[in-house]
This record gives sequence, structure tokens and C-alpha cells, in this order.
Amino acid sequence: MSRSDLSLRIISRTLAILSAAIVLLILGFLVRESAPALQELGLARFFTDPGWHPLSGQFSLVPMIVATLATSLGSVAIAAPLGIASAVFAHFYAPRTLAIWHRRLIELLAGIPSVVFGLWGLVVLAPLVARLGGSGQNLFTATAVLGLMILPTVALLSDAAIASLPRAWIQGAAALGMQRWSIVGKVVIPGARRGIGAGVLLALTRALGETMAVLMLAGNVVQVPNSLLSPGRTLNANIALELGYASTFHRSVLFVSGLMLMLVVSVIVVGISYRRGASDEWR
Amino acid sequence: MKSIHAWLIAPILALAVPGCARNSAEPIVAADEETLSGKLTLTGSSTVAPLVTEIAKRFEQRHPGVRIDVQTGGSGKGIADTRTGVAEIGMASRSLKPDEADLTAHPIAADGVGVIVHQANPIKQLSESQLITIYTDQIRNWSELGGEDQEITVVHKAEGRATLEIFLNHLGIENPVVKADVIVGDNEHGVKTVAGSEGSIGYVSIGTAEANIEAGVPIRLLPLGGVEASTARVASGEFPMSRPLNLVTTGSPPRLAIEFIRFCQSPDVEDLVKANYFVPAARGPDVAE
Repeated sequence: MSRSDLSLRIISRTLAILSAAIVLLILGFLVRESAPALQELGLARFFTDPGWHPLSGQFSLVPMIVATLATSLGSVAIAAPLGIASAVFAHFYAPRTLAIWHRRLIELLAGIPSVVFGLWGLVVLAPLVARLGGSGQNLFTATAVLGLMILPTVALLSDAAIASLPRAWIQGAAALGMQRWSIVGKVVIPGARRGIGAGVLLALTRALGETMAVLMLAGNVVQVPNSLLSPGRTLNANIALELGYASTFHRSVLFVSGLMLMLVVSVIVVGISYRRGASDEWR
Repeated sequence: MKSIHAWLIAPILALAVPGCARNSAEPIVAADEETLSGKLTLTGSSTVAPLVTEIAKRFEQRHPGVRIDVQTGGSGKGIADTRTGVAEIGMASRSLKPDEADLTAHPIAADGVGVIVHQANPIKQLSESQLITIYTDQIRNWSELGGEDQEITVVHKAEGRATLEIFLNHLGIENPVVKADVIVGDNEHGVKTVAGSEGSIGYVSIGTAEANIEAGVPIRLLPLGGVEASTARVASGEFPMSRPLNLVTTGSPPRLAIEFIRFCQSPDVEDLVKANYFVPAARGPDVAE
């Protein structure tokens, strides 16, 4: 093995261990901070208590887990079709100049800070939704804005995945006389499946982690939502809302909600990569 | 961190010095400044602490020999620590109780909470019992209160917020009985929520509400118990849903503590008081004067 190879191996291993260790460190910190609450209450009470009133001894996290899943999965349901369609449009339907401008606009959308999205939702979108009744701050408004925020992730990664397909596939399909639509549906999207999947997964984790915009738009009432127009509070919004004013035990309970969020994210990520591994073996 | 501090402080000092020079009393105070040094510990209310921390920074800039340590833990801790001597000054976001008469309270600011509705809402005023029925979801439509036929959207705060405590204490209800439609974080969020939905009602710090009304945001402060909700009425002590922010000392505080309290009550820090959405305290006779 050459010297440069050896040093590269050492550097890459160190950096890989470091980035993995950061996740473990954060997890360890969360466990340490939430330990007082977990020891005193046990894990079960976070699921069985009647509500969330940390100053009155009620600590149910269930409504917040439901709201977190509803907003993030809902936003992916909005962003995935739009994002994939945008990538397909840029590659197969748009004239060259339009495709370039379209990509630039999507990249610009990715650069807008989340507070700006939140503020826009709060002063523009929420008053419009309020005409349907209520305050306009509910899961629907939060999900819609969240969908816009994660759209660039899906669009740009799908775009890159489609661009990396061998040209011969597409030319071959065209030579066989396939129409543009069936080339997209039968060759391009199945071929770019993994790249598009990675984009959707990344978008989902970003949606799960988004705090500010959701806090400003979701209404934040702790209740199991019964419709899209009912308010809800996500686990991250819960931390952001209460941490600044929380004293010792309340603070510890809030870290439990951070731990819970991390659990939800890891279950989803592990579940998806497990399924992906299984389907690869199938192939 | 240290170097960043110096960069931030330098322009502030440069601005402050010419301003002070106009004050004729300045030379006497300046002579005092030379001799001030030592360490001061403050503990207590988390509502007062952010304001006092900012005031303490300014005080330390003017008196380089002084170190001020601000810790939180609630008004109760502030009072206990002052009694035991752990802290020279306690911070309390309430008046002293009768059994705390051994201590002296020095008001530095007041905090008022006002009920706000959308500008288009014709409701003129609400009684406290009406507020309770609205917040506990017994009344759900403005028409039941003489307003238009419109659903009431109840805007509430997240648990632990100081404004929430004042509001609930004043109405005498517990947080779990409140049935909110929206829970907001800070005062600005509350104002934007009420401004964005015509049927909504909320409560925010009066200072924030006034600043927004001046800026043309479509909200209205409702009077409470016949008293207009304004920072002026909070300052004069007439407005019922308010509380004093106090510094608490024993009968004979050390000289440094007296100087610091005097500084907290001086017009030099009024900008900080207002920036924290509090009302500067009405000046009155005080041990530190």
C-alpha cells in the first residue's frame, strides 16, 4: 500500500468515526438530561397520562408524536410528487433555457431560511386558511408550508439522479419507438429510483427536524388531531416553546420529548434502509 | 468571547460618553465610580433576570471593578437567598407578602398584561367572568357576548410563560381547565395570530401590544375592570392585571447594592426596560434614593 493511500485511509477513518461519534454524543447528552424525569416517572407515563401539563403533573407525549408524524409525512406527500415532477419536467419537457431557470429558482427556494417561510405562512397563508374557520394556524397550514420547504430537496436530488442515468438507456428506449411519457415512466423513474428515494428520505428527516416554521403555524395545542384543520404541537415545537421558561424537572421532561423525536427519526430511517436492503437482495 | 465583547462594547461607550457629559450631575457620580468595586450576587425571578442581566452588563462597563452575578430560580428563592445572605439582592416578580416585611422591595419596572382582539371586533369590553367563560370554552361565539356571529378563537400561551401566569392568577383559574384553539410562543407571535384572524382573542404584554398598534397592526387592547389597558395605567398602578418587578434587600444593604439598585431605577436604563417590554417604575421614595 502506498504512503498516500495509508494517510488517506487514516484521515477518512478518523473523520468517519468523528461524525458518528457526534450523533452518539448528542444521544448521550439527551439521555443524561432526561434521566431525572425518566427515573421519577418511568417511560410508560409519557404514553398513558391524560394530557400534557408539565406543571400540573401530566406528561403525555402521544398527541405530539401523532402531530409530528402527521405534519412530516403530509409534507412529504406534497413535496415528493411535485419534486419528482419538477425534475422530470426539467429533463424531458422544458426547453433548455427554461430548464436552467427552473433549476435556479428551485435552488433559490432551498436557500430561503425557515423563519421566513414561517413568517410568510403566519401573515399570508394563515389568514387565508382562517376563512375556513378558526385561526388558520393548524396542521394543514404547517404541512403545506413544510411541503414547500422540503420540495427543493426532493427536486434537486431527483434531478441529479435522473442526470446520472446512462444516456444509452434513454436513447435506446427512444430508438425502440417508446413515447416520451413511457420512457419517463418505464425507464427513467425506475432507473433513478434509489437516488429519488434518498431525496425523499432526506426531505422526510428535514421535515421531522423543522422547528421554527411549524411552531409559528401549527397552533401548538396539545391534542390528538382529529382533522387536518385542527391545531397540533410537534415534539420539536414543544421544546422550543417551553424550554426557555422551564425549571429543573420541567426541563428534564422536555429533553424526554427530544429523545422521543430522535427515537421516531431512527425508527423511520432504520425501517426504510432495512426495506431498501431487502429489496436490493430481491433484485 | 472576550475579544468579541470588547468590539461590541467600544461603540456603545463611544455613544454613551458624549450623552452623559450633558448631565450636570455627572462629575459627582464620576468621582463615585472610581471607588466602586467588588462582587454582587443576585438570585430570583426568571422574569426579572433577563432585564437585570442586561442592566448589570451596562453597570459593569461603567464600573470596571465590579462583577455582577445574576442567577435565576424563582421569586421565592430570591427572597430566601436575600434573607440568608447568599445574595445581596433578590429578584421578585411580585409584591412582598405580609410575612416578608423584614425585607425592602425596590421596584425597577412593572409588567402589564392586556387582552387583545382584532380591530374589526366590535366588543367594547369584557368582564373577568366573561374572560373565564371564554377561556374555559363555555362561550364559543362572539354573539353570546353581544358581538357578531363568529366563532371565538382562543389564543393562549405555552406553559411556563410569565404572561400566562399573570393572566391565570388574575382570573383565578388553573392551566389544565383552559381550552385553547392556538398556543403561541412569544408576545409577537400572539399579536400576529390575533391580527390574522378576526374572531380571535389573546393576551400579551401591554408594551408589545402598544408598539404594534402604533405600527398599524389591526389589533385592539380591551380595557379591564373599566381601566384602559396602557403602559401609562400600568405605570400608575391602576391597571389590575399587572405586577411589579422588584429588587429585594434586607434593611441595610451594602453600598454597592444600593448603587446598583439606584442605577436600575435611573433613566439611564429606561431603554433596556422598554426593550424587555416592561414599564419603567413610577419614581417614588426609596431607601436607595
